[in-house]
Amino acid sequence: MVTFTFAPGPARPEAVQQTQKSVSPDEVGGFIAIDAQGLVTLYSGKVELGTGVLTAITQIAAEELSVPLSRVTTIQGDTRLTPDQDPTFASLTIQNGGMQIRRAAATAREALLTQAASKFRVARELLTVNDGVITPRSGGEGFSYAQLLNGRIFTIKVDPAAPLKDPRDYKIVGESVPRLDIPAKIFGTFTYVQDFKLQGMLHARMVHPAAVGATLEAWNDDACRMLAGYVRTVRKGDLLAVVATNEWAAIRAANTISATWSSWDGLPDESQLADYIRGAKVDRNEVLQSMGNTSEALKAPASTLQATYDFPMNTHGSIGPSCAVAEFKEGMLTVWTPSQASHLLRQQLATMLQIAPERVRCIYLEGAGCYGRNGSDDCTSEAALIAKELGQPVRLQWMRWDEHGWDPKGPATVLDYRASIDDQNRITAWESDIFLPERPMKRSGATLLAAVLAKLPRYGPSNSGIYNPGLGIPYSLTNSKLTAHWLHDAPLPAAWIRAPGRMQNTFGNESFLDEIAAASSIDPFEMRMRHLTDTRGLELLERLRQFAKWQPRGSHPRDAGALARGRGVSYAKYELVRTYVGIVADVTVDRRTGTLKVDRVFVVHDCGQIINPDGLRNQIEGNVVQTVSRTLVELLTFSRSAVTSLNWGSYPILTFPDVPEVRIDLIDRPTEVPWGAGEPTTSVVPSAIANAVFDATGARLRSVPFRPAKVLGALNLVKAG
Amino acid sequence: MTTTIKLTVNGKACDLRTDDPNMPLLYALRDQLDLHGLHFGCGLGQCGACTVHYYGEALRCCVMPISAVAGAKIVTLEGLGTPEKPHPVQQAFIDEQAAQCGYCINGMIMQAAAFLATTKNPTEDQVRQALAGNLCKCGTHIRILRAVMRAAAQLAQPTEAHG
Repeated sequence: MVTFTFAPGPARPEAVQQTQKSVSPDEVGGFIAIDAQGLVTLYSGKVELGTGVLTAITQIAAEELSVPLSRVTTIQGDTRLTPDQDPTFASLTIQNGGMQIRRAAATAREALLTQAASKFRVARELLTVNDGVITPRSGGEGFSYAQLLNGRIFTIKVDPAAPLKDPRDYKIVGESVPRLDIPAKIFGTFTYVQDFKLQGMLHARMVHPAAVGATLEAWNDDACRMLAGYVRTVRKGDLLAVVATNEWAAIRAANTISATWSSWDGLPDESQLADYIRGAKVDRNEVLQSMGNTSEALKAPASTLQATYDFPMNTHGSIGPSCAVAEFKEGMLTVWTPSQASHLLRQQLATMLQIAPERVRCIYLEGAGCYGRNGSDDCTSEAALIAKELGQPVRLQWMRWDEHGWDPKGPATVLDYRASIDDQNRITAWESDIFLPERPMKRSGATLLAAVLAKLPRYGPSNSGIYNPGLGIPYSLTNSKLTAHWLHDAPLPAAWIRAPGRMQNTFGNESFLDEIAAASSIDPFEMRMRHLTDTRGLELLERLRQFAKWQPRGSHPRDAGALARGRGVSYAKYELVRTYVGIVADVTVDRRTGTLKVDRVFVVHDCGQIINPDGLRNQIEGNVVQTVSRTLVELLTFSRSAVTSLNWGSYPILTFPDVPEVRIDLIDRPTEVPWGAGEPTTSVVPSAIANAVFDATGARLRSVPFRPAKVLGALNLVKAG
Repeated sequence: MTTTIKLTVNGKACDLRTDDPNMPLLYALRDQLDLHGLHFGCGLGQCGACTVHYYGEALRCCVMPISAVAGAKIVTLEGLGTPEKPHPVQQAFIDEQAAQCGYCINGMIMQAAAFLATTKNPTEDQVRQALAGNLCKCGTHIRILRAVMRAAAQLAQPTEAHG
């Protein structure tokens, strides 16, 4: 029996007072309100980052409440109105956030059914609900949710045992509902954070340091004072910003101001990055996966294999530079921010400004896709500080070079492997060592740039587990061991980018397994399936084999022509506990130029219950194309002082002529729990491409990105025998 | 000194004020006319997020000084079509669900619409080349290609007239 009380009060969000609106994830009212017209407001701590989750989460709520989708409006990521459901990252939005909302909606529906049963004086089981109206199963007049609630708000706890709808009865979940946000984006009426305006708002631009660790020695804005619209600078420590009444004047002032920075050259030599990582100070070594005894097995007489893989730093490369609007009024900070973590950001901003978190409100507005912790939170922190200094609302947008130069980078990663194979071609030992910076794990979120530059307090460490969950291999090997070497620091401030750690780990794992398969003359599919006991994984690989019309790999190279074609496979069970994904990549290598093209990618994907099949396909396509870009093209460059790849000329990404065809086979399991899909496919792309290049040419690519010079180098190694 | 520059934007005559004749058109459109279909992406003419139509041709307004387009006819995404009367390219982007974050999509639509106005029945390779200078980081390219090919087929039907 669900306990059931209502409190009086309006449900429309604009009418909800701070004191009335619960933001507790334990309370139905934290997530759901239904007004007198029967319109539902859903309050989601998870936010739309361009991945389609707004639509999917709204589908989940509408389905569980049995109301039409059009009747639900979703408010996202507002610390005053939405529960803290953790940042929108790690492919956990549907899996965790969506399921919290499903349970809250089920609790609400059950409570309303119970109330209706008492009104009808019948057993609850004799009632049914359609389009928000509860009627007896036998027919007749019903009560709408709006009538039952009569304008009151939910004040009941979310019941973790509230019965969920039978997936066989689903009408909204499982459907390719068109995305709710797309029409406004197509007609130019969508309000991105970049488009948001406040009355009396000023415009700011940053003057970021000339070197990563440089300090501000002097500045002079005399020349700026000649510019119409120029207002002033804001300087705090090494944070320097210019403020103007209009955007162009702020940009001109930033170009005009003279600033002298100390010299600083603390970055490693770019060409020696992998060696630098390997030699960097290790905080601690941690065995993340261990089976049997690898050291004994490696001593036994057998053929051994070893290889080293490395992955470079990446920028997030959001197409729109970060932007935020901030207002500091009567001791209260309000920011409109594209942060993926409104609630965490509130804590960080409160710490930085030394005010109570209750005096900070973060309101999410969509920015350009971030794919992780890009510059959004940093830009927001700078806007907040500037607004506090000004006492007037301010809009800060980063310039292209700010985003490329100052977003925290996906860290460079090095992986070492050793394996032994006995005379029966069995893997008797597998050892891997992964070198990753610990820095992002030690902090709760990545440290805000404004706190660094202005030397203000930073929010303490607490948020572990950015990289470590589920690193390892999904195969059953008698003796295997993965050791993580957590590095004390990263050359540049580091943060997560799509499939952080998991992609690098899978790149090494699946490439090395392919090397073992080749050394053992075993087909790569056969090699994987031989060491897999997981039936869902086996089913997926079998489907992929048929979907891609895979032919067993013969002798190498497959193709002796100038244009060598080959195909490679890669498989992952994400974090070893959830979404299964396998892909086959078809590539063409031009032996003369080293140019590598990914022609086509076959994907089989099993994330359990699918909420929105077309939305899922959109995500999978995006995962593939973006990761082909990261694997083939993207490379952060830097001097000893600063990032030098500051725009799309120096940090190129994949463009239309080189985009592969993507064919997708979705495995839907409506009665299973839904898992995430924002990242898993990313994890398998680099290794599938590397394996395909080997198949085509016999050359092993172990260092990302696979630009022509590296491909030619690897081809020359094959020639040299 | 503040000068006034006359433009026709989406069919309407506009007076735009600027203290700097080198101010890119982007800031006049976004900040003075509140047209925010176009976006600032790079300020360098590299990504295409700011694309508008200049006498029907695709123009990157983040690098175009406003004084250089004085008197010109400019059409933005808002002027290309509306929910009530969408341009075939806009309709095709909706039909193909061709957006993720959508920040680049203005440029994709404006570039594609300008291209299709002069190239009937293009091959997919031609579309890829036409959009080669438009960047997307979400990896929506596959859907964008499908949408442009769909729009091309629609525009090739002789019976329907499109503005």
